Amino acid sequence: MWQALYEELRAQNFTVVAVAMDSRPADPLPWIEAAKPTYLTLIDRDHRLAELYDMVNVPEAVWIDEAGRIVRPPEPAGSYEGFRRMNRETKEMPEDVARLTAQTKAAYLDAIRDWVRNGPRSEHALDPRRAEARLKAPDENVARAHAAFRLGQYLIRAGRSEEGRRWLEEASRLHPESWCMWRQQAGVNETGLASLPDFWQRVDALGDKRYYPAIDMKGMP
Amino acid sequence: MVTLLTDQGERTVAGARVERERLWLTPSDLEAATGWELQPEGFCHGGACVPLPAGRESELVRDGRVEVGALWRHLGKALTHSEAGDVWVLGEAAGDRAAALRSLQAPDFTLPDPSGAMHSLLSELRGKKVLLVSWASW
Repeated sequence: MWQALYEELRAQNFTVVAVAMDSRPADPLPWIEAAKPTYLTLIDRDHRLAELYDMVNVPEAVWIDEAGRIVRPPEPAGSYEGFRRMNRETKEMPEDVARLTAQTKAAYLDAIRDWVRNGPRSEHALDPRRAEARLKAPDENVARAHAAFRLGQYLIRAGRSEEGRRWLEEASRLHPESWCMWRQQAGVNETGLASLPDFWQRVDALGDKRYYPAIDMKGMP
Repeated sequence: MVTLLTDQGERTVAGARVERERLWLTPSDLEAATGWELQPEGFCHGGACVPLPAGRESELVRDGRVEVGALWRHLGKALTHSEAGDVWVLGEAAGDRAAALRSLQAPDFTLPDPSGAMHSLLSELRGKKVLLVSWASW
């Protein structure tokens, strides 16, 4: 998804860093080979990015300016949760959902273009006050969850998977908003997606809460 | 042998002593693993010092060793350990993570690319506009 944007904008001093929060090292590789990115792709087995930036799902993105300053805190990277209205048997997507999905992605990409072209004058580049106002503050349970997650991942890599999995479950218990933690340890289907019935149950349990929060950005549908 | 998992990475310490919920390290092992130094003023890191809790000093420092669990709790930082006590995660305080984000300086990290080569985000990309985006195969 990002390769085309990267090629379009790289000459204007823009780049993409894609971080795979994925702990089975073999897992992200087929996807990387298929996408053939020429931007930097990193493997983050312990979900350090989520811990440092307080992320809970993928894809989430942060905009960082030339001075290393956050001008947009973590938010869904142009994603709309259309899958929740997908027909689970036929996998068909209602037409309005397909449209919303496309519009959300298009608006997000256009915003990036505007930022690359206009820098801090872009309405999408948030000044420090507005950027700070949008930050979520991780609480003690989140900090404990990241410690438990780190331990669980280490133990699983060390072949101590039974205890490791218990720590991953504890991490999810402490940080239930984190889909990253939950899906990393959930059972996966034949293509490696954590989208078995337990995933759908957890999604349905959201009720009116969003899987991907609405992106607070001008131009979003 | 105890393995410590910190923000800096993984480190195995040969001289650590574990008794149930307590991890005792020499001050030099503590400093090597975490950057925290035991000074007369207390525990110091990056120029800032935290005094030992009055009346409870021996919970943290005894017989020339530091009880890291007590220290970490005193600092308000998250920590956990394996059931066997051989792997300890010395985590961070939620408040410190939040303060780092509120500074709006993008937190740096070092991670490998698919070939295993390590990259540090900020040193590589300062001077460019960066879209830092997460993804996963799950």
